[in-house]
Amino acid sequence: MRAAVVVFPGSNCDRDLAVAFQREGFAVDMVWHKETALPDGVDIVGVPGGFSYGDYLRCGAIAAQSPICQAVLAHTGRGGYALGVCNGFQVLTETGILPGALLRNAGLKYICKTVGLRVETTDSAFTGGYAKGQEIAIPIAHHDGNYFADEATLETLRGDDRIAFTYTDNPNGSVGDIAGILSDNRRVLGMMPHPERAADPGHGGTDGAAFFRALGGLLAPA
Amino acid sequence: MQDPEITPELIESHGLKPDEYERILEIIGREPSFTELGIFSAMWNEHCSYKSSKKWLRTLPTDGPQVICGPGENAGIVDIGDGQAVVFKMESHNHPSYIEPYQGAATGVGGILRDVFTMGARPIAAMNSLSFGEVDHPRTKRLVHGVVEGIGGYGNCFGVPTVGGEVRFHPAYNGNCLVNAFAAGLADADKIFYSAASGVGMPVVYLGAKTGRDGVGGATMASAEFDDTIEEKRPTVQVGDPFTEKRLMEATLELMQTGAVISIQDMGAAGLTCSAVEMGDKGKLGVRLDLEKVPCREEGMTAYEMMLSESQERMLMVLRPEKEAEARAVFDKWDLDFAIVGETIAEDRFLIMHHNEAKADLPLSKLSSEAPEYDRPWVETPAADPLGDVPQIDPIDGLRALICSPNYAAKQWVYEQYDTMVMADTARTPGLGAGIVRVHDSGKLLAFTSDVTPRYVKANPVEGGKQAVAEAYRNLTAVGATPLATTDNLNFGNPEKPEIMGQFVGAIKGIGAACSALNMPIVSGNVSLYNETDGQGILPTPTIGAVGLIASEADVIGTTVREGHVALLVGETSGHLGQSALLAEVFNREDGDAPRVDLEAEKRNGDFIRANRALITACTDLSDGGLALAAFELAEGSGVGVHLDSGATDVLFGEDQGRYLIACNFDQAEALMIEAGKAGVPISSVGRFTGDSVRFDGVDAPLAELSALYRSSFEQTLG
Repeated sequence: MRAAVVVFPGSNCDRDLAVAFQREGFAVDMVWHKETALPDGVDIVGVPGGFSYGDYLRCGAIAAQSPICQAVLAHTGRGGYALGVCNGFQVLTETGILPGALLRNAGLKYICKTVGLRVETTDSAFTGGYAKGQEIAIPIAHHDGNYFADEATLETLRGDDRIAFTYTDNPNGSVGDIAGILSDNRRVLGMMPHPERAADPGHGGTDGAAFFRALGGLLAPA
Repeated sequence: MQDPEITPELIESHGLKPDEYERILEIIGREPSFTELGIFSAMWNEHCSYKSSKKWLRTLPTDGPQVICGPGENAGIVDIGDGQAVVFKMESHNHPSYIEPYQGAATGVGGILRDVFTMGARPIAAMNSLSFGEVDHPRTKRLVHGVVEGIGGYGNCFGVPTVGGEVRFHPAYNGNCLVNAFAAGLADADKIFYSAASGVGMPVVYLGAKTGRDGVGGATMASAEFDDTIEEKRPTVQVGDPFTEKRLMEATLELMQTGAVISIQDMGAAGLTCSAVEMGDKGKLGVRLDLEKVPCREEGMTAYEMMLSESQERMLMVLRPEKEAEARAVFDKWDLDFAIVGETIAEDRFLIMHHNEAKADLPLSKLSSEAPEYDRPWVETPAADPLGDVPQIDPIDGLRALICSPNYAAKQWVYEQYDTMVMADTARTPGLGAGIVRVHDSGKLLAFTSDVTPRYVKANPVEGGKQAVAEAYRNLTAVGATPLATTDNLNFGNPEKPEIMGQFVGAIKGIGAACSALNMPIVSGNVSLYNETDGQGILPTPTIGAVGLIASEADVIGTTVREGHVALLVGETSGHLGQSALLAEVFNREDGDAPRVDLEAEKRNGDFIRANRALITACTDLSDGGLALAAFELAEGSGVGVHLDSGATDVLFGEDQGRYLIACNFDQAEALMIEAGKAGVPISSVGRFTGDSVRFDGVDAPLAELSALYRSSFEQTLG
């Protein structure tokens, strides 16, 4: 099992995501943003949290134009798995790999705290370790996590069971309380909360561990 | 552009006193050029030269077997075993934050992070200690919002978890808020980088962001009192770019791996001037700079502007010349400037060339060695008047008053704006007591706290100084940590006033005594004087930042109490209400003496907690608000009620020092009583954690109601 974690100059959760992958047995390659291709044999690419290129413009907008994102696009275009957490979710929406956009939080403030999420679907490599409707506690840390999509897109997301997580107590104004969504082939997940920050007992919460365990289980060679 | 003529007005506007100017004339034997005047003003202001404080700072204890490097470098370095070291410091950004709260606070965080990674340490934790004016002062809300957003905006993007801090409000800060930023980093003890240059003819390299006109004269501004013209000083505040800082950190740490660095120094206050002089002075070398090689953001910058710019995210290093290509490649990778701007020279000379014209030519070592040093007159702070009568009050009303005050209400409105968990090693986020981060992959943990009780320091500088250290010691102890060392951020008013100087001297004496007794040497620090507006000084605020070590996760003492737990009080209670939080918040009085700090008792009680941590399920120290507030905070955090036996005002709200509140089961309590007896530590059962109400000797209120007040009052007042 190989995971690649993209490293933008302003990524700051790259190591955290790599550690979470490694804990479940993945070999992890850190991939610099100036690279034009992912290493051979990568099963899943992780786009981590942080501030890609400073995000002084719209979060993730510049990152979406980066060389490595063209490689990520090619990878997901071939049906490869991808995970975008926080800034990574913003980048995946900016590249168009996932629909919708992340706006400023409704309260216009950065929020970092542990929030409740509801698992809306277990039909994915990411969420298969949870029960449908299960409530889990996962930290958020963002200024621009207010998910927005037009009504038609939301209809599609709902109709195709592509909403992965919702907030139990919406912290940022996201439409439909949406915290994370899946791509139409269910192989790309973008989410604002950080499962890698609740993945070992030292974190004070382990509700994110099942997320990486499910991925590891599914992608493990038969 | 023609340089202006040197006139008495120009000298005064550079913050130089007439006798200081005379000294300059003596040193160089001629009239200084405009650029030279700027350089002297940058080196000799209070902020850079510590000219009023040096004499007293020398009295502080700075040694210990754990200390690798004490004050004098960018940050202090302390051994944490296994070949690892923690590198930390606290520094103020008070004046800039009052003028421009967002950028002032942001660049304060940036500056302290740079101090840490300049030494080769990756920052792993940050804290901040904030003091604002009274809540309904017209400026306060804007300052709180700006400062908190600025700290978050910088630290969150840079990617360091903010794990602790303080926020206080008092009218004495109406005209001068305090923003003290702390950062700690992790380094290998044998891979630490210092600022002393060595070798003649070695290239001096400029790294990082480009130089602009921002912050010109900032350090001089920060060394003066404010008056009603402060709006005009906004351009002296620098603008921060945390994304560049993040890249600069990564590039610097990567550069250090290449072996290219002889010495390195960040450009902080007084930018290029201070960093170049520091490296030359420590290496007993001269430095020549060719300013046309300095990467500039703006065209037509003069030598004066370049030498005094405080543009952020810049470093200066002395390079091992054979490694130039490798070093340059690292900075190319991170898209940062790398420019050779000068060289080290054998003579004692600071030579500034700009387009082949000597703009400054000064004896380098004299810029720091001959800097003025003052033995300022001081008077001892008179003993406080005895405490007047304090009426008994309904204890629940007293508690309500405290938790509704923004001083003691829950601060989640503040710390939820900071990323407290990035790096995924935070073991204790802010809220109650010290913050804790894991030392990645080592099994060890580090605990961090920042403390001071300014109203104590005002009433009794010596005891107040001791108390700041003692409270830090207790906060570290309460989570199971062994205190290692301390950084001090000494914020005071105008040192030219003997009463203010007396506060400073008293506080230093108290801090020194406590640091010695508790084995927490001062390894770094910062002095901020002239915190006055229109002649009104702040409360003396010597903030203590302290770091403790915990050997393993099993040694961490928790904060979770359970139904039925016994409430045990460790330490002696006499019911000292002088200068207490209750007195200030309920009676609007600030009288009486500060509580006395018995350093022997502090040590004994702290050692007792550490020695018996296996018997302690949850623990917190007692400080502002005494037993009542500590018991409430511990209960509230776990959603379990608390019943205390006493309803007496002095027992519940007195602020005697050296005390801890413990929650544990009955068997543990019994065992602790026995151990305490053996150790000669006062311990008593004061009640029980149970039910869903807070009850003090029969008077009670629902926990849920008090919790809602506690959690909402800060935001309601300041949000």
